[in-house]
Amino acid sequence: MKKILLATAALSLTAGMAVAESHGKTIRMGTEGAYPPYNFINDAGEVDGFERELGDELCKRAELTCEWVKNDWDSIIPNLVSGNYDNIMAGMSITDERREVVAFTQDYYPPTASAYVAASEDADIEGGVVAGQTATIQAAHVAESGATLIEFATPEETVAAVRNGEADAVFADKDYLVPIVEESGGELMFVGDDVPLGEGIGMALRQSDEDLRETFDAAITEMKEDGSLNELLKKWFGDETTIYE
Amino acid sequence: MFSFCTDPSLLNDWFWTACYLTTGVHMSFYLSFLKVLLLLAVTAPVALAFGFGGAMLARARFAPLSWVGKGYIALVRGVPDIAFFLFFVIALDQGIEYLRHKVLCSDWDMPIRQGNDFVVCQAAKMPLGNAAQWVHETYGFALAVFTFAIVFGAFAANVLFGAMRAVPHPQLETAAAYGMSHRQTFWRVLVPQMWVYALPGLSNLWMVLIKATPLLFLLGVEDIVYWARELGGTKTARFTDYPHPDYRMWYFLALLVFYLIFTRISEVALDRLMKRLTRGQATTGGEAQRRAGA
Repeated sequence: MKKILLATAALSLTAGMAVAESHGKTIRMGTEGAYPPYNFINDAGEVDGFERELGDELCKRAELTCEWVKNDWDSIIPNLVSGNYDNIMAGMSITDERREVVAFTQDYYPPTASAYVAASEDADIEGGVVAGQTATIQAAHVAESGATLIEFATPEETVAAVRNGEADAVFADKDYLVPIVEESGGELMFVGDDVPLGEGIGMALRQSDEDLRETFDAAITEMKEDGSLNELLKKWFGDETTIYE
Repeated sequence: MFSFCTDPSLLNDWFWTACYLTTGVHMSFYLSFLKVLLLLAVTAPVALAFGFGGAMLARARFAPLSWVGKGYIALVRGVPDIAFFLFFVIALDQGIEYLRHKVLCSDWDMPIRQGNDFVVCQAAKMPLGNAAQWVHETYGFALAVFTFAIVFGAFAANVLFGAMRAVPHPQLETAAAYGMSHRQTFWRVLVPQMWVYALPGLSNLWMVLIKATPLLFLLGVEDIVYWARELGGTKTARFTDYPHPDYRMWYFLALLVFYLIFTRISEVALDRLMKRLTRGQATTGGEAQRRAGA
């Protein structure tokens, strides 16, 4: 046992001793990795998706070294403000509620349409049971709409709830739902009208990190102006997606 | 991994499965099994040490020490694991960074708490912001071991505390009659005899610990349940070469088999240990062994 105790102590020490000279800060980018096409884990086990490509490009333009970190959605904001990573790019909509805790850059994805998906045309989306992911603007919207909200920790589970009949419909970002509906072979379909929610998706940073926010903000402006952001949007979300004017 | 995997959509089922199961993500999945086993192998003895320390403190004749021990047992057992894992770990991490900040950056003039934010100088970061990813992961892992050890240590302390009191009193009186000091009685008579009373409780804890690893993802350590959920989820053809419907049932079935096998191995090992510990004890089990031998 003594040996194992020693080994544990050594393990925690090495973690502390890996003290290199701190020149050139690495920006750690937090993401969820479970929300295609925004961010997901590809076949090779790496973070991939629209936000990965956009984030890497932003870092290149701002001349920063960046590294991607996966974190659970539930604890993604506490870990940001506590300094475990430096920003969040995880399909996070800009809302006033979140603004109280974190700072956002301008949106890099226009205000999104959210949509209902159900297993049948006549699903009751106003008085029935609707699934949503915990702590999202969609879940908040369902709670206010009068329907019964059931919350799940991951987007995957919200869709599964509709498939197995636990929920009448799921309410989520339309872009997340489109490929799922397309490949369901008619099992799932959009019902009702699209609902515009939020102020677009932006990168979240610590409120005290004003410099970094300005750096990324400038890079996003640059990409909006030269059209490269629109190209990325079309590449990941299809030609019909909303783009910046 | 295999050369024929370049275009999975052309493959037949067997080859497809072989390719699918050897993608990079699956390697991470297999690695996470090792991670979990390593975590258990390290955490169990450390938690036991915490438990032993806690029980010794709780038994101490010096009242303040005993309060510390009893307070530890009561507090940690009372807080839900998930709250403990969310808040204690962040607090611990911030505590370490706060101390390093005080030592390494004494000329820093900004407040550490700025609204919601916890801001320390770059040199005080744990691990450093520019450290390699594996350092971050090792650090997360060490935090996980420590937190698990504290939580399970409290339960173990309670079990051991009870076990120490269950040792028949005449044994201790006899030790005293032989002129052993308090310390000698504790180490030579009490401790060797208490394990047999502690083992059922400790084995319960071990079984619970085996299944508590999904809490790891709260700390950013990806365990087997995280990967099973991630890999089993529906994959659409746009984002992967291996599209598939909801496979989570199969992945969780694999986990079930893993856990059952692991539980069975643990049971066999614990049974053997119990037999070994019962030998010569003044318990029904010990008596039965003596008769069988005679």
